Amino acid sequence: MTNAPVIVTRDLAKSYGDVAAVHGLNLSVGANRITAFLGQNGAGKSTTIKMLFGMIRPSRGDGTVLGKPITVSEENREMRRRVAYVAEDKPLYGYMTVEQTIRFASSFYSDWRADVARRLIIEYKLPPRRKVKKLSKGMRTKLALLLAFARRPELLILDEPSEGLDPVGIEHLLQMLVAQAAEGVAIFFSSHQIAEVERVADHVCILDNGRLLLDASLDQLRQSYRRIDLVFASAPPEREFQITGVEKLQTKGNQLCVFASGNAEAVIERARDLDAVSVEVAPVGLREIFLETVKEN
Amino acid sequence: MFFKLAPTTGQPLYLQLMQQIRHATETGALRDGDQLPGIRTLAEELVVSPNTVAKAFSELEHDGLLELRQGSGAFVCVKRRTRSLADHVQVARRQLRDLIERLRDDGLSNEEIQRAFEAELLYPAEMVRKR
Repeated sequence: MTNAPVIVTRDLAKSYGDVAAVHGLNLSVGANRITAFLGQNGAGKSTTIKMLFGMIRPSRGDGTVLGKPITVSEENREMRRRVAYVAEDKPLYGYMTVEQTIRFASSFYSDWRADVARRLIIEYKLPPRRKVKKLSKGMRTKLALLLAFARRPELLILDEPSEGLDPVGIEHLLQMLVAQAAEGVAIFFSSHQIAEVERVADHVCILDNGRLLLDASLDQLRQSYRRIDLVFASAPPEREFQITGVEKLQTKGNQLCVFASGNAEAVIERARDLDAVSVEVAPVGLREIFLETVKEN
Repeated sequence: MFFKLAPTTGQPLYLQLMQQIRHATETGALRDGDQLPGIRTLAEELVVSPNTVAKAFSELEHDGLLELRQGSGAFVCVKRRTRSLADHVQVARRQLRDLIERLRDDGLSNEEIQRAFEAELLYPAEMVRKR
């Protein structure tokens, strides 16, 4: 196992005129793991991914993918041979049929696995002779995924891979991601499907307004984020709870809701010291963490 | 064996899997010498990262409950220690039943008892694990 990060960026930024799409991003994506890249529409996810792939030139900063600098085009080409990429807009040639597209792709990837391609065509129920322009959105996505999964890359980057897929298709996609990860492929994917991300990802990065707001392992989040609901006999002493780890306090009558990214024990201890009538602790899911993090920003 | 992991219960997935495997050995659903599916197979079945399964397996190996053999998977090894753990669980169940009975006698509803348990269990999770 190599443990060098597969993606590293240093102060990576992109501006379009006066509008900054990505602000000084410092990202480090580990090998041997599944990393999810979350953010609202327009948060800068696709711009970041395109910069990694040399498709957009950064305004500032730099980075490496598999150790190759992203701004040196020869190195970038060499890197692309070892990375499979499913783009957000799933660019395919509309005039080709499904089987022509697959044959075309197989001819320029040396890591192509024809057996996997054959198996996926059947599992995805793709019509081999249909023209790509006649495919539904879900079918297009499946074809784009097939082209990536049929390779044996070191790194798999997927931009919104579940777009247009039904629940069965999403489940299949997640299983494919897991299978790839089991073969040692590092995976970096953006998605709006938070419930799905929460199941398969080892690590999550949350981007908002071009800034990295959260970069943590999911098990770490599960263990440390808590919502603590307190009830007091009179107006809650809100100020007493402004301690490390407390991200948000909300008072309603005699009730105080504490949203903590850690240090929940200290909050509970303080609540007991202050004679809280009721103390209830609940775990916080990724959806709530995401919404709170983005809202705070 | 069936395992079910819940992503939003505030507990790391590998810990949930560890507990479920341990529980299965306590109830006898898994016996000494039984083979568990491989990391990849189990990860695909549960649709979780292979790292989750790998971590649970290696922690259980460290605890002496699993034996990992290169290339052929994970095997359950239930020694006397875990047997006595199962006995402890039995005793604890009886004590809990008595306690719950007393709380009901004091007029607490099931829901109130459950809440009290959850509050106690959730907050010192880290401390309990350290013990």
